[in-house]
Amino acid sequence: MRPDLLGEIFSLTADHLLLVLNAMVVAIALGVPLGIFLTRRPKARPWLLGFANIMQTIPSLALLGFLIPIPLIGGIGKRTAIVALVLYALLPILRNTFVGILGVEAAVCESAVAMGMTDGQLLRQVQLPLAARTILAGIRVATVTTIGTATIAAIIGGGGLGVFIFRGVASLDTVQILAGAVPAALIALAADGGLGWVERKVSPV
Amino acid sequence: MALVEFRGVSYEIAGKPILSDVSIQVEAGETLVLLGRSGSGKTTALKMINGMLFPTTGQVLVDGKPTTAWDPIRLRRRMGYVIQEVGLFPHFTVRDNIGLVPKLEGWSGVDIDRRVDLLLERIGMPAAEFRSRYPRQLSGGQRQRVGVARALAADPPVLLFDEPFGALDPVTRLELQQQFLSLQRDFQKTSIFVTHDVREAMRLGTKIALLAAGRLDFIASPREFRSAASPEARAFLACLDN
Repeated sequence: MRPDLLGEIFSLTADHLLLVLNAMVVAIALGVPLGIFLTRRPKARPWLLGFANIMQTIPSLALLGFLIPIPLIGGIGKRTAIVALVLYALLPILRNTFVGILGVEAAVCESAVAMGMTDGQLLRQVQLPLAARTILAGIRVATVTTIGTATIAAIIGGGGLGVFIFRGVASLDTVQILAGAVPAALIALAADGGLGWVERKVSPV
Repeated sequence: MALVEFRGVSYEIAGKPILSDVSIQVEAGETLVLLGRSGSGKTTALKMINGMLFPTTGQVLVDGKPTTAWDPIRLRRRMGYVIQEVGLFPHFTVRDNIGLVPKLEGWSGVDIDRRVDLLLERIGMPAAEFRSRYPRQLSGGQRQRVGVARALAADPPVLLFDEPFGALDPVTRLELQQQFLSLQRDFQKTSIFVTHDVREAMRLGTKIALLAAGRLDFIASPREFRSAASPEARAFLACLDN
């Protein structure tokens, strides 16, 4: 361990967390409502799911490259990195919201409608609580992936633990690579464990 | 005036007729059984009463007003609905399941508690024991009892049943049928009951409407039904003999 790296480990870890947090807040704020929208509009399904699928298949480095020249969301720095991370995190959240809601037992939804629930009541009181576990599983998968993917933000000046990794690779300094990779792995494990715990807690039945 | 009336109702999906020119009147206090084979259109007919489906031609009238003119939410809250799969909310307690429509209708918590306890006692499930349980902690028969209580909760004038006892063992089914008759005596509801079981139809119905391939084959009291001459009615009556 090189004590000179210690201060930087803390500041870059905080930076990394902030990057992931920003991306996840936006991805959840987009993915969950879009997933709900898809359960109500079957015709939009192939378009939106197709878009999210395609985003996932683009290699992360290439995606950053594509984003840089785009006005408003592009350029160099954190904003572009966050946009890329959101695009990656979208699919698992969107898909799990959609699958979770459609997976609610048909007889339960039929009863709810037959008893005179409005669509909003059906969603809030029945479908979302019963799909919560599946939706959270999607958020967990997206978060863990994002923590790893966020290391490439450094290549366009987005900061985070990737700074160590790219610097280490460039200077053949294994310690620097580990200084980036180990905290990132630990954050991912902690997020997986923590969100897994939340998932079991909200289990409605 | 009939409480529920089918007036020349036809229904088709993609050109395929499911119901053809069905006319039925259900008076207040009656139990109309819609009897028929699988695919005869009986569930479709039931779903037209609470506006889950609408006729392609003809009209279904509730309180003299076509279902298309009703606000669907208001219409449905006037009707209890019980289905074979029960459809209790797994994340709600028995109390919250039964109290659902009263809650949607804005009853106070105290009123809901009182109503739930009354109904639980009435269906033979002591409130203190069952109120806070979840559906998964109940037997199949208990779940369907709660399903019936839920349908009765906001005291709707009309009850709709879609093969509610079809998935139960014969002993439990008989118990629930007997309970249905006793509830019917006490609450004086108008019920429309879908079944393919002719014994159940004879036991519960005050009137039996036999549907065959989407057409009304025969409609009469159970007593008259015994001497019906149509081939479909004879086919069903033959089930009684063994």
